[in-house]
Amino acid sequence: MSANLPYQLRCRECQTTWGNKPVSYCEKCFAPLEVIYDLEQIKKSINRDEIARRPTNLWRYKELLPLPEQYDASLPVGFTPLIKAPALGETFRTKSLYLKNDSVCFPTLSFKDRVVAVALTQASSFGFEVVSCSSTGNLANAVAAQAARSGFKACVFIPADLEPAKILGTEIYGARIVRIAGNYDHVNRLCSQIADKHRWGFVNVNLRPYYAEGSKTVGYEIAEQLGWRLPDNVVIPMAGGSLITKIYKAFRELVELGLVEAKNVKFFGAQATGCSPISTAVKAGRNEIEPQKPSTIARSLAIGNPADGFYAASTIVGSGGWAEDSSDAEIVDAMALLAESEGIFTETAGGVTVSAARKLYAQGRILPEETTVLCITGNGLKTTDALAGRHQAAEPIAPKLAAFEEYLEKELTAVAGGAQ
Amino acid sequence: MSINVSIPSAFRRHTEGLDRFACAADNLDELLDALANRFPELKPHLRDDQGKVRRFLNIYVNDEDIRFLDKDYKFAEGDQVTLVPSIAGG
Repeated sequence: MSANLPYQLRCRECQTTWGNKPVSYCEKCFAPLEVIYDLEQIKKSINRDEIARRPTNLWRYKELLPLPEQYDASLPVGFTPLIKAPALGETFRTKSLYLKNDSVCFPTLSFKDRVVAVALTQASSFGFEVVSCSSTGNLANAVAAQAARSGFKACVFIPADLEPAKILGTEIYGARIVRIAGNYDHVNRLCSQIADKHRWGFVNVNLRPYYAEGSKTVGYEIAEQLGWRLPDNVVIPMAGGSLITKIYKAFRELVELGLVEAKNVKFFGAQATGCSPISTAVKAGRNEIEPQKPSTIARSLAIGNPADGFYAASTIVGSGGWAEDSSDAEIVDAMALLAESEGIFTETAGGVTVSAARKLYAQGRILPEETTVLCITGNGLKTTDALAGRHQAAEPIAPKLAAFEEYLEKELTAVAGGAQ
Repeated sequence: MSINVSIPSAFRRHTEGLDRFACAADNLDELLDALANRFPELKPHLRDDQGKVRRFLNIYVNDEDIRFLDKDYKFAEGDQVTLVPSIAGG
């Protein structure tokens, strides 16, 4: 690597290096590009104590992110809670279960805030005035919010049938939304064509190699919050498949930097059965992906033609992990299970992850004595329509003590009756 | 019969800058052959050593990913074929 570049793009297949520019594929062989770093150099400048002294947000890992010399680190994105999950763990008969809770990521309550934070530093460096994305909702929220803060114009593309909360949660920031009559894969194809023609900074098209690096911070944080050690297993939801490959990369870098001890972490992927191109491949023992037409309530994961599907499947299989998928009913049950056991209201994608974990414990693929982290990537308040009809509105009662006593007696009778 | 192929900018340095190509192919195999014959430098980017369409290339016929169409799909007059690098989204 050139001595004056702290990071640059390299083709994942032919290994050609390209310096830094807004492009996602190798111009020689059209395979994806990813960011590489001079880890030997980085090793000299960071250690656990140095990182511990820094503010608790994702910028604390700045040497391991593709950030230009000048960037705005004023938004405290990332460093979400890693919490022990004793009650959910009891359900799975384990005492070593943790939740990485990105449903409270700042500022828009999903892990997409991380990738956008990194992508916009490069959008600024490359001189883009308009930032954009193809999105199943969370990414559009994150782009719209951070573009507003950073002074970019934002124009985002979404499938027309997205959850209303995710549309509103983009519009409120003044972003322009283009609704596409089609599914995410149609939106994504269109965005590739637009990025080919217009000079816009599409965070997940021409800025994608930089954007994807933001996902690594989930991995750094898990390791740091576990006391600088790696877990035995991670369970990760999969849409395009990038997150799982980036958490893998994060762990590998930490080992190489000597910040954690080496460990063969098993990677487990979670999908909805109605959109399961990656888990289907893993279960069939292959890493080549056959695209699907999504039909699932987990719309944030509804990518039938996942860009990183091949690499996600390879990461899972190579680690000795597995992939599971869940029906819509199982997803909703798992959302309720997480809420009732740990007080965390996750979106449908989180239900997919919890449901996958339930299956993986039951199958014995994850063992109770192992340290396991579930990645909860989004917030339930954005997908309340998935719960429509699950809870009936209670009849109101008069604001009188007598009315309450009557209500209590009726409820107790109903409970007692139900118990018989 | 003629079908139109839309060529992404990624490929254009192998197509003399052309962003469109018309040919008379009956099916995908013939189309890829026609492209490879007309633009020899493009050939290795279309298929791998086993002759399979490259993993990172998506091919659409009108609005549909060709993998969703019949395996022996025969092109119809005026079909619009679009080549798109697959590395986007998610």
